[in-house]
Amino acid sequence: MKSKMTIRLAAAALALTATAALNTAAWADTAGPAPKPDAHGPNISGFFSPFPFQGGEAIYKGVCQGCHMADAKGAVGAGMYPALAKNEHLETAAYPVGIVLKGQKAMPFFALQLNDQQIADVVNYVRTHFGNKYKDKVKPEDVKALR
Amino acid sequence: MTDQPIAPSRRSLLNMIGLAAGTTAMYHAMTQMALADTSTFKGPIKLSPPPAGASVLVLGAGIAGMVAAMELRDAEYKVTVLEYNGRPGGRNWSLYGGDTYTELGGATQHVQFDPGQYINPGPWRLPYHHQGILHYVNRLNVALEPFTQVNYNAYVHSTTAFDGKPQRYRTVQADFYGQVAELMSKSTKQGALDQDVTKQDREILINALKEWGALDADNKYATGLEAGERRGFASDPGGGLNSVAIAGKRIEMGDLLKSGLWSAIGAGLAYDMQSTIFQPKGGMGQVGKAFGKALEPLIQYNCKVIDIKQGDKGVTATYIDSRTGGTPKTASADWCVCTIPASVLSQIPMNVGGPMKAAINQIPYMAALKVGLQMKRRFWEQDEHIYGGVTYTNQPNTMIGYPQWDFFSKGKGVLLGSYCFGTPAYIAAAKPPEERIKDALEYGARIHPQYKDEFETGVAVAWHRVPWTLGCAGFWTEEARAKHYDNLCAVDGRIVLAGEHASRIPAWQEGAVTSALDAIERLHKKAMSA
Repeated sequence: MKSKMTIRLAAAALALTATAALNTAAWADTAGPAPKPDAHGPNISGFFSPFPFQGGEAIYKGVCQGCHMADAKGAVGAGMYPALAKNEHLETAAYPVGIVLKGQKAMPFFALQLNDQQIADVVNYVRTHFGNKYKDKVKPEDVKALR
Repeated sequence: MTDQPIAPSRRSLLNMIGLAAGTTAMYHAMTQMALADTSTFKGPIKLSPPPAGASVLVLGAGIAGMVAAMELRDAEYKVTVLEYNGRPGGRNWSLYGGDTYTELGGATQHVQFDPGQYINPGPWRLPYHHQGILHYVNRLNVALEPFTQVNYNAYVHSTTAFDGKPQRYRTVQADFYGQVAELMSKSTKQGALDQDVTKQDREILINALKEWGALDADNKYATGLEAGERRGFASDPGGGLNSVAIAGKRIEMGDLLKSGLWSAIGAGLAYDMQSTIFQPKGGMGQVGKAFGKALEPLIQYNCKVIDIKQGDKGVTATYIDSRTGGTPKTASADWCVCTIPASVLSQIPMNVGGPMKAAINQIPYMAALKVGLQMKRRFWEQDEHIYGGVTYTNQPNTMIGYPQWDFFSKGKGVLLGSYCFGTPAYIAAAKPPEERIKDALEYGARIHPQYKDEFETGVAVAWHRVPWTLGCAGFWTEEARAKHYDNLCAVDGRIVLAGEHASRIPAWQEGAVTSALDAIERLHKKAMSA
């Protein structure tokens, strides 16, 4: 219920920005009968199209490393992207799950583009790689509870 | 039989007159809408003389910062501007041959475009009703040229429709409008709309639909020459012998609906996309450059702000050299206009109240990607008669923008090979620049096979990798805006924020201009009563 609300609000925000690009993006999001399968793969052109990656490593490499970088060491410019490598904030699994879902500061929210399984997978991946050795696993139900 | 010559029949003349009347009526309605809905720019502001010796520190030399600096300087405030980059403009930025751009993660792109070629990684359009930014563009004597948003001869394309073959915008629009008009006309006649349309209006509606959809005498969108006047012809009319127009074959409604392409023909309907739109000659970055020149002694470049503190008497920003780090320096003034993007500002210690702080932390920045592709020749013009405008596709590159200058040049041209937001832009940001370019080439070649032979060099800017914005523009949800927007914009002690993120025209330069003007008016008022 809550996520539906978020979708509606986010869509309204998008309508306000009213760029042709977003109109076109909305095109890919258009509800209706499923279009013919695309030989080139799933449609990922919409503003909130689901990310087509499965498994923690694929999701990290397909999305997260855009900012947190391939080595998870983050980056520094006028602002910075925090390192996820050897990051003590990852100790409580609910913390990264919440940030991925809802965003914080420069971190955008991904509740609309990643499902519970994907978020659990990528959080588990980061919490067991890049020098992080947290043993407890996040389950999709844990993610769902935090939505 | 379709190959009949076109002579202006009495009916088609009447049609033309009807069209003209319709246009006038529409223009009237549109003007009224525009008046109700235009940007808040009220004309150049005139601030009264400030208290003697009053000073303002402006953080950021993007459009908002430079508008604020220029107006405050003109009012005779003492103004200092600190800018992270080594150039003015911020997101007002063009990349030319010889430029280098290093993104977060360290990838450096050496732009190898030919002289006269460029790409605008950030804003590229100036709609006619954005009178605020247009005021400054004109004040700075930056030359403008038209920007075509809707090119009827460009394509709409879907990988899952018409065997992936791109369709002309013109034919899809004409065929869709025409067949919708035909359906509506039929329903009206059959009385299906009787509950909503009075008997008197019924005839008017049928006539209007005929005009709007280019229907024939029987209110049908036939494969005839009326339709051809909208959708074009299989063979265009001409002079002399063998010059008869030959009508083409319409795309049937079922195929159109299933194609999804009907959604791509709305591009020019949005208020921000309506003609006339302008672009600066030589790139959007010319505006930032001209601003920088006009403010030359005031702007200190390569300053990375690391702390902002206000007290009873003034505001002090601490900064280091953005390239070399080194010993922190400070700059102080009575007041501060801070235009640092919220994505970055949320990470800088600043002693403002809880409400402003909460607001700053609530604005993630949108993902966006732009890819510029230099082609050896302007094949879209030479082979396909596409001059400017945009092709829309359901592929992750979302669109292809054609250069809006040097038409008919025998030289090269730079295409905007990709301009996407959200999911596809995040995915692109996770790839190195050369892969973003490779992807744009692959998508583009499905629309223009010439790509394969003509591509020379490209540049790709994924906005989440841009070191000084961490995204392309403030992304407000309505929920966050209702809760935090006023707190973001309110003056907090001696500090006021400005920028597109502090506007209701996010991602547009007009938002930055109107935000800056509103911010300095309120700050000035406070300075006068302090």
